[in-house]
Amino acid sequence: MNAAVLFEKVSRFFGAVRAVDSVDLAVEEGEFFAMLGPSGSGKTTCLRLMAGFEQPTGGHIEIFGETAEGIPPYRRNVNTVFQDYALFPHLTILDNVAYGLMVKGVAREERRKAAEDALAMVKLPGYGARRPGQLSGGQRQRVALARALVNKPKVLLLDEPLGALDLKLREQMQDELKSLQKSLGITFVFVTHDQGEALSMADRIAVFNEGKIQQLGTPEEVYKRPSTRFVADFVGSSNILEPEFVKKLGGKAGLASLRPEAIELNNKRAGQLSISGTVISRSFLGASNRIIVIVGDTKLHITSPATQPVPEEGSTVSLSFAPNDLHLMETTT
Amino acid sequence: MRSDRSASAPLGLKIAAAGGLVFLHVPILLIFLYAFTTEEKSYQFPPPGLTLQWFAVTWNRPDVWEALSLSVRVASIATAIALVLGTLCAAAVSQTRFFGRETISLLVILPIALPGIITGIALRSAFSMAEIPFSIWTIVLGHATFCVVVVYNNAIARFRRISGSLVEASMDLGANGFQTFRHVILPNIGTALLAGGMLAFALSFDEVIVTTFTGGQQSTLPIWMLQELIRPRQRPVTNVVAMVVVLVTFLPILAAYYLTRDGDQIAGSGK
Repeated sequence: MNAAVLFEKVSRFFGAVRAVDSVDLAVEEGEFFAMLGPSGSGKTTCLRLMAGFEQPTGGHIEIFGETAEGIPPYRRNVNTVFQDYALFPHLTILDNVAYGLMVKGVAREERRKAAEDALAMVKLPGYGARRPGQLSGGQRQRVALARALVNKPKVLLLDEPLGALDLKLREQMQDELKSLQKSLGITFVFVTHDQGEALSMADRIAVFNEGKIQQLGTPEEVYKRPSTRFVADFVGSSNILEPEFVKKLGGKAGLASLRPEAIELNNKRAGQLSISGTVISRSFLGASNRIIVIVGDTKLHITSPATQPVPEEGSTVSLSFAPNDLHLMETTT
Repeated sequence: MRSDRSASAPLGLKIAAAGGLVFLHVPILLIFLYAFTTEEKSYQFPPPGLTLQWFAVTWNRPDVWEALSLSVRVASIATAIALVLGTLCAAAVSQTRFFGRETISLLVILPIALPGIITGIALRSAFSMAEIPFSIWTIVLGHATFCVVVVYNNAIARFRRISGSLVEASMDLGANGFQTFRHVILPNIGTALLAGGMLAFALSFDEVIVTTFTGGQQSTLPIWMLQELIRPRQRPVTNVVAMVVVLVTFLPILAAYYLTRDGDQIAGSGK
C-alpha cells in the first residue's frame, strides 16, 4: 500500500537557510499525523511542501503514489486549514465553504447543499448567510475546516489550527478534530508547537528541529523513549541525565532521560533503582506537586501526585523508579 | 477633550471659515451665472439680462462636439490602459519581492511628481525624434503617464491589505491563477480600481499642459475652452460647456470618494 504522503530526502533551502534538510517521512493513509517543533524548525515548510505552496530544492515527494513536485496547489487533492483561516472577506460563509466546488464547476444547487452539510458537520448549521467578520475566532476556524473538508480531500493539512483559540476552546476543538478525523477516515497532517496538543491528538508524531526530524513515533514512544536530548527536553520536560550520573545509578554509561512523574519519593520497592538527595524547592500545582531534589550537582524534577505527602525543603529523601523508566538515548550529546 | 466638539467655535473662526469657502466657490458660481447672460462680448456684473439661448447655440456648434468627443475618447482609452498597467504593476510590487522593487515603485510614481511641462516637452521631443505624427494616440500616451500612477496608488493600498494567504487559500481550493484573480482578487480590489479609474478619467478629461505638447492641431475640450476665451463672440458658450463639464466630472469623483470609503470599512471588518 502506498503512503498518503511520502518524503524522500526532501530539502527546501531559502538562500543559505536550510528550512527543511533532507527529510524522510511516510504518513500512513487514515492516520492523524503531527509535525511538532519550535518555530523555525521546518515543520510549516514541510506542510507547505505537501500543499504545493513550496517546491522542494531537492528530494522527492509523493502523495498517494503520485509524484507531487511541480504540481501546483490547485491540482493536488489536498486541502489546507490556514493558521489565520484565510476566509474570503467578500463572500458569505456559505459561498466561502462552496468556493472549492464553485471553481470546479459544480452546479449551484448541488454545491449549496454540500456546503450546508459541511457547515452542519462542523456544528454551524444556519450560519451560511453571515460574513466572516461577524463570526468569532472559534467559529471562523470551523468554517475554515468545513471549507477544506467539503472538497473531500485525500489529505487534510492543518497549520497550527488551534493556535489562535483560548485554552478552553482549544481543548474542546482537540476532541472534535480527533472524532471528526475518526469518523471521516481522512488522513490529517497537522503542524503544532504545542506538545500537549500533539500528544493528545496524534497517532504519530514527527518532532522537528533545525530542519530535520529528530524522532518519529507514537506519542507514547516519543514521550517515554525520546531519542535525543532535544526531544526529551521539548516533549514534556524530562530530566536529562549525563552519562556519569547514569553509571552511578547502576545503569550503562550513556545519556538518559527520566520523566518527572516516574520518580517516587521515600517509597522504594523491590527491583527499583534508588538514590538519595536533598529537597531544594517544592511548589503546589493543583493536581500535583513539583519538587526539585539535588543529588550531587544534578537537579532532578519530580512530579508527585497531590495525594502523596510532601517532604520539607532541606530534608533528605530517597528517590526510586523502575529501571525501565530510565531511558537510555541513542545519542550521547 | 471630546466634550469640546459640541462647544461652539469662536465667531472669528466662523467668519474665516465662511470667507474661505466663499473665496473657493463663488468664482465657480459666477461661471454658472454667465452661462445665462445676454451679453456675449464681455463679462459685466451684474449681467444685463438672463437667457437660455446659449444652450441651443452650444448644442449646434460642431467644434464643441468634436472637442468633447476627442476628450471622452482620450480619457476612456488612457483610463483603460492605466487600469491594466496600474493593477499589474501594483500586484507585482505588493505581492512579490524582487531585485529593484523599490526603484520600480518610485519610477511608477515619478510622472505625477514631475511638472506637466517637463512630461510634455519630454514626450514631444521623443515623438519628433521617433518621427511619430501627432494623433489621438500621442495624447493618450501623454495622459496615460499620470493615469497609471493614480490607478497604481489606489490598487497598491488595497493589495497591501489583502492577506497573502487568501490567494493561497484560493489556489488550495482548486482555483487556478485566472479563477483566483476573478473570484478573490478582483472583488477585493474592485472598488479601489473603480475609484482609481474615475480619478484617472477626470484627470485626463481636464488636462491642458501635457496635451498642448502632444496634441498637435487637435483640441481636447479644455484646450478648446482656452482658445474660445480669446475669441470675442459667443463667449457664454464656453460657460455652458464649463458648467456641463463640472456637473459631469463632479458626479464620478463624488462616487469614487464614497466607494473607497465604503471599501475601507469592508476591508477593515474582515480583520
